[in-house]
Amino acid sequence: MSARSIPWLKYAAPPNFYGLADRLTPWLWAGAGLLFLVGLYVGFFVAPVDYQQGNSYRIMFIHVPTAWMGMFLYLLMALYGMIFLVWRIRMADAMARAIAPTGALMTFLALWTGALWGAPTWGAYWVWDARLTSTLILLFLFLGYMALHAAADDRDKGGRAASLLAIIGAVNVPIIYFSVNWWYTLHQGASVIRRDGPSMAPEMLAALLIMTAAFWLYCAAIVLRRAQLEALEREPGAEWAQAAAAGALTREQRERAAATATIGDVGDHDEGDTLTGNTATKQEGRN
Amino acid sequence: MKQRHKRLVLVLGILAGVSVATALVLNAFRDNLTFFITPSEVMAKTEIPERRFRVGGIVEEGSVTRDTQSTEVRFGVTDTVKSLPVVYHGILPDLFREGQGVVIEGRIGEDGTFQADRVMARHDENYMPAEAAEAVKRAGGDLSQFVDHY
Repeated sequence: MSARSIPWLKYAAPPNFYGLADRLTPWLWAGAGLLFLVGLYVGFFVAPVDYQQGNSYRIMFIHVPTAWMGMFLYLLMALYGMIFLVWRIRMADAMARAIAPTGALMTFLALWTGALWGAPTWGAYWVWDARLTSTLILLFLFLGYMALHAAADDRDKGGRAASLLAIIGAVNVPIIYFSVNWWYTLHQGASVIRRDGPSMAPEMLAALLIMTAAFWLYCAAIVLRRAQLEALEREPGAEWAQAAAAGALTREQRERAAATATIGDVGDHDEGDTLTGNTATKQEGRN
Repeated sequence: MKQRHKRLVLVLGILAGVSVATALVLNAFRDNLTFFITPSEVMAKTEIPERRFRVGGIVEEGSVTRDTQSTEVRFGVTDTVKSLPVVYHGILPDLFREGQGVVIEGRIGEDGTFQADRVMARHDENYMPAEAAEAVKRAGGDLSQFVDHY
């Protein structure tokens, strides 16, 4: 495979990915834990009481980062889905699949904390305005992706169908983001990313940004761990996977496995089906 | 053309198609996607709508009058151009106050007053410490210059 020469494809080989994730995740966990502690401290004890809402506004330190993460993770999942559809790199599908549950969790938390904030502030847990409805659709897209991926017997087949759903659903993300500008909504407009700068006291903004960074690191860690499991599940009999599952993957084992790893059919040839993926059988049929 | 280029073109084509279709649908349903209409839009209507609808605006300064015998409250909702008189029976959300954003749901009565059966406070995008808001007021400043309504 000539694509092997492209350097970024190194981590498309499952053993290499596994090793990289092993090295990264401890730092990500530690960073997430530290930033959660700092963020919650600043959020609860340093940030002042809001002039209108009193203390209930502090829900936003969970609500806003989780809502951002939900949207960001969806776009990332769609991007990995696209890499899988176009380059057929299996590790990309494993990453997309690993993102989905965390994305669903983040979106659910955003909706849930939003409802808890809405009850005292608006006087309603839920309204069908454009922001809330499109965010609910985002949750259903994550759940639909997971269901569709699991529905097919063949992992690659399920991955292709689910990836297509992820790409089509990506249209929803800009709708969520811009809904408060495009239509009158009960949900307020953006406070942080505005042309005239954030409309928020600096201590509040600091807590919000620290919590956002904490959620980022947490999501990165949990997604990498889940993708590692997925990589092992895909090659249960392989020597490197056995060693990795036992927690004793040596560098030499990893490099040997990576050298012979099948990363997927990157599509360096001219023949074959475009999206259905029956390249090999088609070519055999013609010969 | 290599296989992966064909796939890339196909995927991008699907994405472009879906985007255009979505944009057209959203544009067609524009009026239905908006959560509320403004008092000016209510006044511009030539006939009184039969079904319930929502109106959003600011609670007009000095317009709130409460009935001492019941939970009835009357106030005006304005978009700074037109003002709509509203009557409501029930408990108002904590954030309800004069000069604050509000969304009401109900229908127009015989006398042209909006009979609200639901009142929701609309929070704006400003977050500031209570002391800062106090200081602005004490200095004779106008808070509304920080608060851009709609």
